[in-house]
Amino acid sequence: MKGRNNSDKSSRRKFLRKLGTGIGVVSLTGVPGASVIAGSKTESGEKIKLLSPEGRLVEVDRENIRPARETTDYIKEEARKGLHGRKFVMVIDLAKCRNARKCVEACQEGHMLPKDHEWIKLYLLQDDRNTAPYWLPRPCFHCDKPMCVSVCPVGATYKRDDGIVLVDNQRCIGCKFCMTGCPYSARVFNWKDPEVNLPPGQAYDPETNIPPVEGTVGKCVFCADKLRRRELPRCVTACPMGVIYFGDLLEDSITNGEETVRFSKIMDERAGYRYREELGTLPSVYYLPPFQRLFPFERGLEDVDEETRLRYRDAGPR
Amino acid sequence: MQADRKLLYDLTPELTRTSTRWYITFFIFFAFFAFGIYALILQIDKGHIVTGMRDNVVWGFYIVNFIFFMGLSYSGALISGVLHLFHTAWRKPVIRLAELITVISLVIGPFFIFFCIGRLDRLYFLFIYPRIQSPITWDVIAISTDLVGCFIYLYLSFVEDFAILRDFDELNVAPWKKKLYRILSLGYSGTPRQRKLLSNARTIMSAMIIAIAIIVYSVLAWIFGVTLQPGWHSTIFGPYFVIAAVFSGTGLLIILMWIFRKIYHLEEYITKRHFVNVGVLLTIIAAFYGYFTFSDYLTKWYGSIKMDSILIDKLFNQYYSLFIFANYIGILLPGIIIAIPKFRTIPNITIAAIIALLALWVNRYIIVIPTLETPFLPVQDPRPDWIKYTPTWVEWALTMAGVSIFAMLFMLVSKIAPVISISEMQGKDQSEIMK
Repeated sequence: MKGRNNSDKSSRRKFLRKLGTGIGVVSLTGVPGASVIAGSKTESGEKIKLLSPEGRLVEVDRENIRPARETTDYIKEEARKGLHGRKFVMVIDLAKCRNARKCVEACQEGHMLPKDHEWIKLYLLQDDRNTAPYWLPRPCFHCDKPMCVSVCPVGATYKRDDGIVLVDNQRCIGCKFCMTGCPYSARVFNWKDPEVNLPPGQAYDPETNIPPVEGTVGKCVFCADKLRRRELPRCVTACPMGVIYFGDLLEDSITNGEETVRFSKIMDERAGYRYREELGTLPSVYYLPPFQRLFPFERGLEDVDEETRLRYRDAGPR
Repeated sequence: MQADRKLLYDLTPELTRTSTRWYITFFIFFAFFAFGIYALILQIDKGHIVTGMRDNVVWGFYIVNFIFFMGLSYSGALISGVLHLFHTAWRKPVIRLAELITVISLVIGPFFIFFCIGRLDRLYFLFIYPRIQSPITWDVIAISTDLVGCFIYLYLSFVEDFAILRDFDELNVAPWKKKLYRILSLGYSGTPRQRKLLSNARTIMSAMIIAIAIIVYSVLAWIFGVTLQPGWHSTIFGPYFVIAAVFSGTGLLIILMWIFRKIYHLEEYITKRHFVNVGVLLTIIAAFYGYFTFSDYLTKWYGSIKMDSILIDKLFNQYYSLFIFANYIGILLPGIIIAIPKFRTIPNITIAAIIALLALWVNRYIIVIPTLETPFLPVQDPRPDWIKYTPTWVEWALTMAGVSIFAMLFMLVSKIAPVISISEMQGKDQSEIMK
């Protein structure tokens, strides 16, 4: 299987370049799970009409159509490359957060996470006793100099072209070095069998990290699967306050699903910053300081259940 | 020649007979070991949830034991390597013990990494998908090199002994043992050429294992040092870990000298002189080790970096007794006992060594655990075990299994080859060695 993929690679690339298309062609044709491969020796003569992402109608020989994402290998190969020509960023507006925890719930549901696994976590922080407390949602920062990627001994965690850091849990050996390497506690470990059953026919995908595997590491994936479908990450759309903005640094635009703003402008106007810039990991997640807040921070402790409140019992100046 | 005969008669009885006490002791250790295996099977079956490790403290007892056992292997590098290079005469009766500690602890150490790894079945990925950027890969290379080097060094010191045992007609051992000696002695018969080759090889290897050992332990320290974590991110960690390792290796050597002297009746060969000499070594090392410890904590305490302050605060409150035991009692007390001539008795020196060894283990513990309990973002969790690490019985059982297999391997080896090198003792003026 792998051998065939390799031999097809160059010709496939050529074809795709000529066509000016990507795998996007697949979902548009109504032939689910198929891709087009040129240069096959045999031709059936039977042509099939396909629509390219640009809306051009093209004709391809039936013999040249192969199912896409048919093997885990292929999915993993694509998931390692990332989306070409993108650089994803997230901006979190701390002035709007009130610990509604909808981002956490949407993330857990979307990634089939057990209740005790939080890829996005909500912290109650107070920098000093003379400064005000505030809520801080913390996804993975998808650093541009990621410590976790440097220390991984088997290349299970990697940085893609579009800035996303992913974990291949079929490669991960569970040494947990990345967890001690990450200064933001962004990674979680599957301490026991997560007991997640995939629907039949669905292969493992590092872009969702479903299914989780016992003894391996998981973390926020910036919803890479959604981005591939040109949709916003789950936490962004789930937030009732529009706290989380997401976008492309190269396009200089970010959106929280309701409003779209220029990244550079909001950074300038709202004095955006990154968490612990001095560590030099260059995160892709930016924060807007909790200035002129919409809610008092106590709101975040009122609307939550007892167990959630319990986790903030020791929160205070640090 | 008469002296040589006496040596053989004194050192070989343990090879020919095995006492009931030996069997009982071995069985007790085996029971601990078997219990550890049971714990391991449980851990593989149920997952790492059976340990006390959680998302913040992802490394616990296993990593502490790993660095501890790897440190013990320094005994061989220092005592036998350095003393061999400097032709120190008194080393000869204790050199074999030191080399055995090295190889046996080097074999056991990595197993604790295996216990800590979530997917043991993918361990070979380390070799088929290695990434040289990762300090773990450095470790894989360094430890495997060290293991090979130390095995060679140990074996070179055994060759002459195997030849002597092979040629010793009165040795009443099982035929398989005789055969083993014949094979392992590699046809060594003591010709001048063989002697010269062997001697050269051993000198080269003794220098090499010192270098390799320093690299191994530095790399181990860098696993912690290269991270950004408060308390770990320290330039001093490489040399600090090296000196701590030598400290523990020397301590263990004294303990084993005491045990084998007592049980195998080697009073004539391992004398007070040896205890005092190795003890003085321990004291000198303790001084260096204490100095490194002090420098490391002083700079963290004196400065005002927030994370360092939080960590130091934790060490001096939550970990107060452990900190005092590891870094005050464990370093000062052995030094005081050995430095004052009046206290220098064999039991006292042994007690000092035991304290030193235990304290060093605790020192490793309070390097690894408190840092992980103090991440940059505070641990905010409703579950107490997510906030504070407490080892479970599984981790204790596997720790005990590690100690047990160390003892068992030592007991087995002592039945195949004498724990004092016969060849080293031969042909020398006995009085000079014993001095």
